[in-house]
Amino acid sequence: MNYPVRQKSFKPPKDLAEYPVGTAFPAGHLVETNASWRSLRPVIDAGKCTSCRICWLLCPDGVIHNTKPEGLDIDYDYCKGCGICAKECRQKAIRMENEGI
Amino acid sequence: MGNRKEKRISIRELSDREFFYGHKACPGCGGSLALRLALKVLGERSYAVVPAGCMSAVGFIFPQMAFTCNAIISTFPGTASMLSGVAAGARALGIKDFHAVGFAGDGGTADIGFQALSGAIDRHDKIIYICYDNEAYMNTGVQKSGLTPLRARTTTSPAGKRLKGAVTHKKPMFEIVAAHGIDYAATASVGYPLDYLRKLDYASKVDGTSYIHVFAPCPVGWGYDTSDTVSVAKNAVDCGLWYLAEFSDDKFTLNHKPAAFSSVGDYLLGQSRFHHLGEEDVKDIVAQRDARWSRILREWSFCDQ
Amino acid sequence: MLGQKAFLSGNEAVAAGVRLARPHVIAAYPITPQTTVIERLAEMVEDESLKAEYLHVESEHSALSACIGASAVGARTFTATSSQGLLYMAECLHYASGGRFPVVMMNANRSLALPWNIYGDQRDSLSLLDCGWIQVYAEDAQESLDLIIQGYAVAEHSDVLTPMMINLDGFVITHTYELVSLPAQQDVDAFLPPFRTVNKMDLDHPMSLAFTAGPAYNQAFKQLQHQAVLAASKVILETEERFGQLFGRYYPGLLETLFCDDAETILVTLGSVAGTVRPVVERLRSLGERVGLVRIRYMRPFPEAEIRKALSGAKAVGVLEKDISFGYEGTVFTNVNSALMRAKVMPPRLLNFVGGLGGKDISAIDIERLFLRLKSPDDGETVEFI
Repeated sequence: MNYPVRQKSFKPPKDLAEYPVGTAFPAGHLVETNASWRSLRPVIDAGKCTSCRICWLLCPDGVIHNTKPEGLDIDYDYCKGCGICAKECRQKAIRMENEGI
Repeated sequence: MGNRKEKRISIRELSDREFFYGHKACPGCGGSLALRLALKVLGERSYAVVPAGCMSAVGFIFPQMAFTCNAIISTFPGTASMLSGVAAGARALGIKDFHAVGFAGDGGTADIGFQALSGAIDRHDKIIYICYDNEAYMNTGVQKSGLTPLRARTTTSPAGKRLKGAVTHKKPMFEIVAAHGIDYAATASVGYPLDYLRKLDYASKVDGTSYIHVFAPCPVGWGYDTSDTVSVAKNAVDCGLWYLAEFSDDKFTLNHKPAAFSSVGDYLLGQSRFHHLGEEDVKDIVAQRDARWSRILREWSFCDQ
Repeated sequence: MLGQKAFLSGNEAVAAGVRLARPHVIAAYPITPQTTVIERLAEMVEDESLKAEYLHVESEHSALSACIGASAVGARTFTATSSQGLLYMAECLHYASGGRFPVVMMNANRSLALPWNIYGDQRDSLSLLDCGWIQVYAEDAQESLDLIIQGYAVAEHSDVLTPMMINLDGFVITHTYELVSLPAQQDVDAFLPPFRTVNKMDLDHPMSLAFTAGPAYNQAFKQLQHQAVLAASKVILETEERFGQLFGRYYPGLLETLFCDDAETILVTLGSVAGTVRPVVERLRSLGERVGLVRIRYMRPFPEAEIRKALSGAKAVGVLEKDISFGYEGTVFTNVNSALMRAKVMPPRLLNFVGGLGGKDISAIDIERLFLRLKSPDDGETVEFI
């Protein structure tokens, strides 16, 4: 996996003995998503996308992945809907859709 | 370097691994983009040192840890000194092939962290110091820093009847750092990502101190749409208010010379922090830009990478 | 195995102790009267009798910040400072203890400006008593050297993982030459194994360090920090015992007592002043006076139980310190008083003497006068300056 996923099984420490030593904790440990921050959702039009990956390059959150054979895939758990991908896409292959909230 | 052409990193060569993920930076944050891209180039054997500021505040909130490589928060003034310590410690322990890389904001670099940065450059410590410049103290709510440009409105440089935003100029950090005789320094912009990636790659191979000053707009502090971060960063270069350059072997090199500058007025007035400016103010800023560029073109060599 | 003997100043003894402890990284910035420590260390690194990275930092803040960075990859670190320099480090002091980075630091106790003064009092370290470090006060050069070696063993102990500040009175200890026993390197290596910790960045298992902890979690980290400093009490005793067996020099734990078992009048103090009090006590004893001395060695962890035990039979106790919390009383007195009050073992008379500020001399005659003063029924002022 090239990026971390949410650790659904994480239980917050209950007593002192369960806390980390010092202030050191495993890297890439995610317990929350950022999905609720989003009011607009980027949607990739696979027909227009040339997989140039400029959207991936310029995404501040790094959520546009190239892990599926059918094309680029957006991790909506961590996309904040900023719209940079849609704005910078040279093919105009990404549209921002209302999340309806 | 000088006029030698360096190989560019293409998008296809860039690592698919994400080293800064699930962070709590605001949508469209230029700083987080600068950090994410840097770690893609520097890779998993990086120790990231991030002082108090936006990137540390959004990346290490127990138990949510957004860095997937080793990372540590430093004190606000202590980015460079902690970097030196990390590098010295790792070296003394016999650890090889690592990068000690710092990510400090403009205030953390040009103001409170300046002394330690100067010390590290003086020692030629093998560290990479990246200043992500969003031109104000954003984490605390958009207060003026030493890198806030003239006349930008911040919460501590309000635009009123008497004063039109910041009354001081942006410190020329790139040249200040270069004046130390640093091993490598560069300016960059998230609006010119390939140039930035090449400079990171170069810095990763320098046997000494590297400093990269990357222009990283902030939609919240500057007042523009979150989708415009990259285009604002590109416009800053295109209109000549920011520039892409390098310093090494005691020589300055300009990397990008716009055939004609785009409109400074459009750049400024597209951001609410400059909405109070009139035509005369824009003219002043254009005149200052021209004076700086005439000096750059006179004194620096040019090599379009 | 016996080592050598050498005629060393307190600072040189510290440097010798540091060399024996084999730190990986030394970051230092000069300040009087600490300078000769970092000069000797620089020479040792130059002649390669000490293999360490020596960072010439541009401030004390950076000195400690660099040590924290080095500790955060698992390196053993040393720095030294004094006075204004210690204050300039203040942010990093809390950082080191909060992050549980067992840096060992020597502090040359020196007055604080204003007015400017380079001579010894203990207002620098005592004003930072709450910064989460173990604080110990040496009485002479030999103890200084031994404390550096013991300091790493205590600070790096897995139950403790807390930085340690070893205080030497400026000039009186730092610049006074004494005959000092130098332990042999192989014995120190046996006593002090390499630093191992899980509290570090690790390229094989990436970690996030020095993170943020919100209100739901923050206090737990502070409670753990408190537990760690308390746990140091036991570790200090064990370490001193182990040290004694190897090197033949035994230390008395968090505090040292002299004639306290049957003493009616006891002076409590710390640092080099104890060296002035000790012969006075011995002389008064020879004259039949039932006087005693308590020398506090560790201010943190505070020797609460030991203080109660030592002072429980006394009729009059004076706390003599080179420190004052302006507007109230000396900080050492506050701590001693609290330990006694909690146990309800108040001596009939408990007085706070403050002296030696900015290097003002405290003589044997002054000490005799204090023992006389403690016999007088006058309760006097909250603080009596000597």
